[in-house]
Amino acid sequence: MNVIVCVKQIPDPALPGELDADNTLKRDGKLILDESDSYGVEMALQLVTAAGGGAVSLVSMAPNEEVSGLRTALAMGAEKAVLVSDASLAGADALTTAKVLAGAVGKAGEYDLVIAGTESSDGYTGTVPEQVAEVLGLPSVTFAKSIEVDGSNVKVERQTEAGYDEVTCSLPAVVSVTAGVVEPRYPSFKGIMAAKSKPVENVTVGDLGIEAASWAQSITNVEDAPAREAGEIIEDDGETFNKIVEFLDNLKVI
Amino acid sequence: MGIDNIWVFAQTTDGAASSGTLELLTKASSLGGTVSAFVVGAAGDAAAAMADHGAAKIYETGDLAGALPGAAVSAAMKAVIEGGDSPDLIMFPQSYEGRDVIARLSVKLDRTVLTNSTDVSVDGDSVSVETPIFGGAKIVTSTFTGEAPYLAAFRPKSFEPVGGVGAAGEVVSAPVPDLGSTGGATVTAVHVEETSGPKLDEAAVVVSGGRGLGEADKFGMVEELAKQLKGAPGASRAIVDAGWVPYSYQVGQTGKVVKPTVYIAAGISGATQHMVGMKGSKNIIAINKDKEAPIFGVADLGIVGDVHKVLPQLLEALASRS
Repeated sequence: MNVIVCVKQIPDPALPGELDADNTLKRDGKLILDESDSYGVEMALQLVTAAGGGAVSLVSMAPNEEVSGLRTALAMGAEKAVLVSDASLAGADALTTAKVLAGAVGKAGEYDLVIAGTESSDGYTGTVPEQVAEVLGLPSVTFAKSIEVDGSNVKVERQTEAGYDEVTCSLPAVVSVTAGVVEPRYPSFKGIMAAKSKPVENVTVGDLGIEAASWAQSITNVEDAPAREAGEIIEDDGETFNKIVEFLDNLKVI
Repeated sequence: MGIDNIWVFAQTTDGAASSGTLELLTKASSLGGTVSAFVVGAAGDAAAAMADHGAAKIYETGDLAGALPGAAVSAAMKAVIEGGDSPDLIMFPQSYEGRDVIARLSVKLDRTVLTNSTDVSVDGDSVSVETPIFGGAKIVTSTFTGEAPYLAAFRPKSFEPVGGVGAAGEVVSAPVPDLGSTGGATVTAVHVEETSGPKLDEAAVVVSGGRGLGEADKFGMVEELAKQLKGAPGASRAIVDAGWVPYSYQVGQTGKVVKPTVYIAAGISGATQHMVGMKGSKNIIAINKDKEAPIFGVADLGIVGDVHKVLPQLLEALASRS
């Protein structure tokens, strides 16, 4: 069982987001593994263990040959990575990203399953996994909360608006997983040390045979959203619940 | 030229047109030109409401026979486009199905996508969308620069649905072609999680709990308060990820977008992810121990205090009134 996981390295979400001069997200500092992707990495590792053999490989697209986030996933137990780093991809749209990742999947060797997060925590377009599946010509299941391999199929519990569906899908396939469905392991000290020497193959857009990167959208304006009027903020003195009652009463919801 | 042929990705729930469908049909109608709905499954009785909200034509795929909509509906759309009805703009709701279909279609047509938008405008042949970023602190306007059809997905409740348009609503079959290698996924069972009370995204009052509750059991206070106010309980991503409550409770970027009359945030700090889903509420009450919590930046009434003290007092006070 070989699983490829698409991972994104993003600016630390704990820091306030910033825009570059061209109004795309500022991403030239240190990047970390998107927490949303740690669930996919964990799930892939569990599937390979359950299958009794195989490997987890990573594919990623990031500026400046950034590997900090990849090292985290390698330390968790992934074996190798393909990283597409190319200045021409700065500000790339989701479709271009999907074409690049699909190309990187082709470089990562034989696979049975491709796993991705539902959406990244910085750009959150939310279409890339399904686009990767279409580029690769594969079936897909999105919003998975569990994945179980059953012979040449996967059985997936897929989150829906009303509950969940049980879906059976032939392999190879692309499955996107929702956050919080498994507990991502903490890298061990041994894992962190081992990750330093695991192979990361750097490739460019040219290596993937993808034509000059361009996308049919442009940012034409950025402005501050209208601010909400400041409300009344009070320290609880044991009686503030009355304030809430009064507030609700005024709105006639009680 | 101009943007005179707009499609709306349409869904039904229990035989009725989804609220997202009617919102987008209303907006599409306001942009001028002809509006078509493209329905997942059969339009059935929902066709009347779609026509009333502006759909002159209603394409229906018919029963998907267990196929997931992503590959199936995008293939049906492409077949109609190749058949000669070429839209200038296709509007999708930012729903599970909407996201999957817009993604597949973007590859099939080799078109970019713009998602998470809250508004759209047309100027001659040009289409622009507005998208809030950084938790709604900034609004980005993006313009499509390539060839139509332009593909855009919109957050729920971005537009007010208005009926009474009285368009023709002619129903046309748009069957799903053979999916080949992409058709390998089949739904084998459907599970509906039972909920009581009003739906989270329709309730006039929403009471949400977050990490500040401390432990899963304390979510009972949130549910009790929601019940007393005839509202719906919600949750931050933190406690959904922690497994305290099901995903269907989640309010935020990856969960539901709510715009109730009153939103009560109990023990929620107000991460960007959460704020996106509730900032549009008419009135916001926040209870949190940390007076620096970002949630107080949007609160109309903020109580800097311990939810474990304030919520029981509030519940008691409300109980004594009824």
